[in-house]
Amino acid sequence: MATGTEPPRAPSPPARGTGASALTGVRSPGRAAVAARHLRTDRWWLQPAGTAAGLLAFVAYSVWRAFANADYYAAPYVSPFYSPCVAHDCVPMKGGADWDVFGGWWGLSPALLVLIFPLGFRLTCYYYRKAYYRGFWASPPACAVAEPHAKYTGETRLPLILQNVHRYFFYFALLVAGVLTYDTVLSFRDADGAWGHMGLGSLVFVVNIALIWAYTLSCHSCRHLIGGRLRHFSKHPVRYRLWGWVGKLNARHAQLAWASLVSVAVADFYVYLVASGVFGDPRFL
Amino acid sequence: MSTSTGAAASATSYEARFRVWRGDADGGGLHDFRVEVNDGEVVLDIIHRIQATQAPDLAVRWNCKAGKCGSCSAEVNGRPRLMCMTRMTDFARDETLTVTPLRAFPVLRDLVTDVSFNYEKAREVPGFVPPPGVAAGEYRMDQVDVDRSQEFRKCIECYLCQNTCHVVRDHEENKTAFAGPRFLMRVAELDMHPLDAAAQAGLDRRRTAQEEHGLGYCNITKCCTDVCPEGIKITDNALIPLKERAADRKYDPLVWLGSKIRRRGAASGPGA
Repeated sequence: MATGTEPPRAPSPPARGTGASALTGVRSPGRAAVAARHLRTDRWWLQPAGTAAGLLAFVAYSVWRAFANADYYAAPYVSPFYSPCVAHDCVPMKGGADWDVFGGWWGLSPALLVLIFPLGFRLTCYYYRKAYYRGFWASPPACAVAEPHAKYTGETRLPLILQNVHRYFFYFALLVAGVLTYDTVLSFRDADGAWGHMGLGSLVFVVNIALIWAYTLSCHSCRHLIGGRLRHFSKHPVRYRLWGWVGKLNARHAQLAWASLVSVAVADFYVYLVASGVFGDPRFL
Repeated sequence: MSTSTGAAASATSYEARFRVWRGDADGGGLHDFRVEVNDGEVVLDIIHRIQATQAPDLAVRWNCKAGKCGSCSAEVNGRPRLMCMTRMTDFARDETLTVTPLRAFPVLRDLVTDVSFNYEKAREVPGFVPPPGVAAGEYRMDQVDVDRSQEFRKCIECYLCQNTCHVVRDHEENKTAFAGPRFLMRVAELDMHPLDAAAQAGLDRRRTAQEEHGLGYCNITKCCTDVCPEGIKITDNALIPLKERAADRKYDPLVWLGSKIRRRGAASGPGA
């Protein structure tokens, strides 16, 4: 590319009329004079609107459940929003991830101590970034649809430069997924702690943890750390193969992001229904 | 005989409504045309028919008509596309098609824009640095090591990705600092190249990606990928890996420390 044959820089195109310097973007001086912000005729707004609605619905639900501090344990099930439960006032869970790490000074819901990690993981996730930049910030609202902002610096400065910490949240997400796997194993007990039992909740938990793992391992940071950062795959055949597998999952990252978001809410809601007595967990074994 | 031929012709052709932007940097607007469309035609065919029958001075840039030269980039109904690869059957027959030049670049005339911004950005990316001690004909690489870079080599330089990227499309002032997806992909291609010796030559492509080519401006909204006529996964395979490589260098002390230790132990040759 650096050919050393650089021609002289082309003269700047003339401004179109007086006051044109106040215009920017697709209405910049010199560009084709089209007044409309965009000329798309399809329903381009549907995707960002749907994304925003879906994310808002999840935020509303999770805020309600996270601050409720109730109905999160119905033996043998613990809500994924409250696991691990690391506050002093957690409901006792037989063999579960009920660890009094924070002591008695924490007066708020124990869910808030844990949810910060999956929240941070999803907030800095490359897919969700695209989704909320488009859906909430209209930056851009859709491809070739002009954004409404006068200035744009992207992820070059605070606070958005912090998106680069995604990999750290990925590390924490692995730990959280490990705990939820443990909870899923515990769901194959009965209310007294005896093994070899299962109910509808066990299946809900299995589906949820499968989707959580698929979403976590399909992460772009995971793909990079497991092999993408290498320059010579031929020298690292195992990592190359793992990179290929993660790449296949990564191609479905957006779908897995939504599927796991829904499944974790469904798993929590299931526990809520059972714990609050609205619904009795059907037992198979 | 003539009746059946006429019936067949009417079944396979129709009159379409087009609005084509005409003008130059001093001004212009959308002009209406009614033009015949036949089976199997693409938008570029219709633009050529308008040129041949109604507006002989209509300026349009084209070359191969096969989706390989990247010349006929334009916006059809507001979407950046190659006109030669946009089939008329993609649209309803009663739909009015609006064709404008690329809206991120200065217009020269009608559908032709000045894309020299892209050539300036291309020159800012230092090229492949040959490995020391290996003659040009002696380069040997495993296929698995070049698969990633070869995806990016499919680029036909149509600049649809550059045109649709909101960083420069909606913010003219960012053109100085931001190279755009096509040239960040070029940086990624070279950084992944198994024989590129930029690091030994003192060129840190990950640093320059951030500090000189504006990688941080990209907010990975994937419009570049959406419009790529070659189907290159620009965002997932080039931009995000490049962001992760930059994060290795700048934001991950563990990776930074590990690479320092390895570099101290390594005698020579490109990294892992």
